[in-house]
Amino acid sequence: MSSAEERAGIIRLSAAEIGAAVKAGTYSAVQVTEAFLDRAAEVDGDISAFLHIDRETALAQARSVDTRLAAGAELGPLAGVPVAHKDVFTTVDMPTTAASKILEGWRPPYDATVTARLREAGMVILGKTNMDEFAMGSSTENSAYGVTRNPWDLSRIPGGSSGGSSAAVAAFEAPLATGTDTGGSIRQPAAVCGLVGAKPTYGGSSRYGLIAFASSLDTPGPFARNVLDAALLHEAFSGHDPHDSTSIDAPVPAVVEAARRADVEGMRIGVVKEFAGDGYQPGVLQRFQEAVELLESLGAKVVEVSCPSFDTALAAYYLIAPSECSSNLARFDAMRYGLRVDDDGTRSAEDVMSLTRAQGFGPEVKRRIILGTYALSSGYYDAYYGSAQQVRTLIKRDFDAAFQDVDVLVSPTAPTTAFPLGERADDPMAMYLADLCTIPTNLAGNAALSVPCGLAPEDGLPVGLQIMAPALADDRTYRVGAAFEAALRSKNGADLLDSSPYAP
Amino acid sequence: MSAITRDEVAHLARLSRLALQEDELDQLAAQLDVIISAVAKVQEVATGDIPPTSHALPLTNVYRPDEVHQGLSPEEALAGAPAVEDQRFRVPQILGEEE
Repeated sequence: MSSAEERAGIIRLSAAEIGAAVKAGTYSAVQVTEAFLDRAAEVDGDISAFLHIDRETALAQARSVDTRLAAGAELGPLAGVPVAHKDVFTTVDMPTTAASKILEGWRPPYDATVTARLREAGMVILGKTNMDEFAMGSSTENSAYGVTRNPWDLSRIPGGSSGGSSAAVAAFEAPLATGTDTGGSIRQPAAVCGLVGAKPTYGGSSRYGLIAFASSLDTPGPFARNVLDAALLHEAFSGHDPHDSTSIDAPVPAVVEAARRADVEGMRIGVVKEFAGDGYQPGVLQRFQEAVELLESLGAKVVEVSCPSFDTALAAYYLIAPSECSSNLARFDAMRYGLRVDDDGTRSAEDVMSLTRAQGFGPEVKRRIILGTYALSSGYYDAYYGSAQQVRTLIKRDFDAAFQDVDVLVSPTAPTTAFPLGERADDPMAMYLADLCTIPTNLAGNAALSVPCGLAPEDGLPVGLQIMAPALADDRTYRVGAAFEAALRSKNGADLLDSSPYAP
Repeated sequence: MSAITRDEVAHLARLSRLALQEDELDQLAAQLDVIISAVAKVQEVATGDIPPTSHALPLTNVYRPDEVHQGLSPEEALAGAPAVEDQRFRVPQILGEEE
């Protein structure tokens, strides 16, 4: 049994430090897991990051890790490290709902590849985190099970759709968390919670067992309190998966090595000039400008780059993603799993299906299904879906041209800091603007990372710096991110999260 | 002129197998009108000679050896089903009485 003081010490450690301490025998996986479970029991009433925590299941996993380590098993650097797992990944020992009523209480018969790899790495899954229903949203207000709150200010959103994961790490309820990024759903919540979050190259991390939203965009990725920890988690669950036909059969970029290298000497960094102006909070732009100057002071060559098609990316995304969603969510048909309502023996399968879907899906999901059905319908297909796919080509060309001249591109991660809960709930277009800077990367399939770059002077809330790199050059984003993180820490004399009200 | 009418939304809801309420149809018609007006700008930049990109990666067919593996047991496959009968998914009637 650990003392309260020892537990408080454990939750402050980075994932890398926890892994090393478990390996050295300083702490057992059970001790570490108990420390985080106690922390969650203490603060999650305020935050609501988790949809499901089962103390016994988590401790059983930890005991199994301790047993394996005691038997001399060769486990990776994250063995014994707890992780908060987004409820969009299937888990055999915990419910999986994608925060939807249509999957309430569903226990999948198999683990997602990401889940399986967390287990193989000896990580302990603490529980499943809240999210926007089926990953549709930028605020975690679309969850069927209630909103998650931002640990920096409980009246504000934690970002979305992986808002439960970002809030769990920012409130020190877990050292690491998983997320998925379809239009920015890792980077934007990381930015507004003061964390590091990565969207790996599309196909670099497996979608098998991930409840699909938009198949050509969905990408699993990590959340962490620092760049090295994010790289360790990235490396732990990435890599080729024969179960996913879009998985890339190539080595995982050396992201951990890049995070340890942490230098930008001689690198060329492009500032995307389209990501500024109307809709951007002045304090966000100010911190971004300072970040660029800091990178320059570290020896990077900074140039301005124009990517004119990025202005149309949001529009293309909100045609492509709903189109794919309307197709993917057809599987929720009340026949094989999930909710079924009004099956009174007189109604047809089609009626039961329609009634169940109307009751099981929330407003944002219905809006996107209808929008996608419209964009794909005969007579509108070329005008909307077809044109959006052409825009996607233009965006890829903009990236390709830019990466001829620079190693990485940078921008603010989100145009504003965390907005108040409820502020944009009834205005879909205002909500969609939260993804303005992150979407082009998803449409092109490239890699990107968000790192904290300070607090906005007007509201004292975290601002994110987005670093974008070509597909399979994820290591560049970590190299720049880690160099920036170290320089900012040395400039401020502390980590950003030290000033959070939920810092232990 | 409205880009999308309430009747069109009702038609799309039928195609999508969503039994929407009257107030949902009204609300969605208004919201979709705003969204579609905003996203219609893709047509301004997309011209005929730009090839479409449906996917970030070049898609190739993926083959694997035809090997026998253990799959889910019937119990596992049926565990999440809303209704089960004789080791099968039980579904509501597919054909109406007149068919």
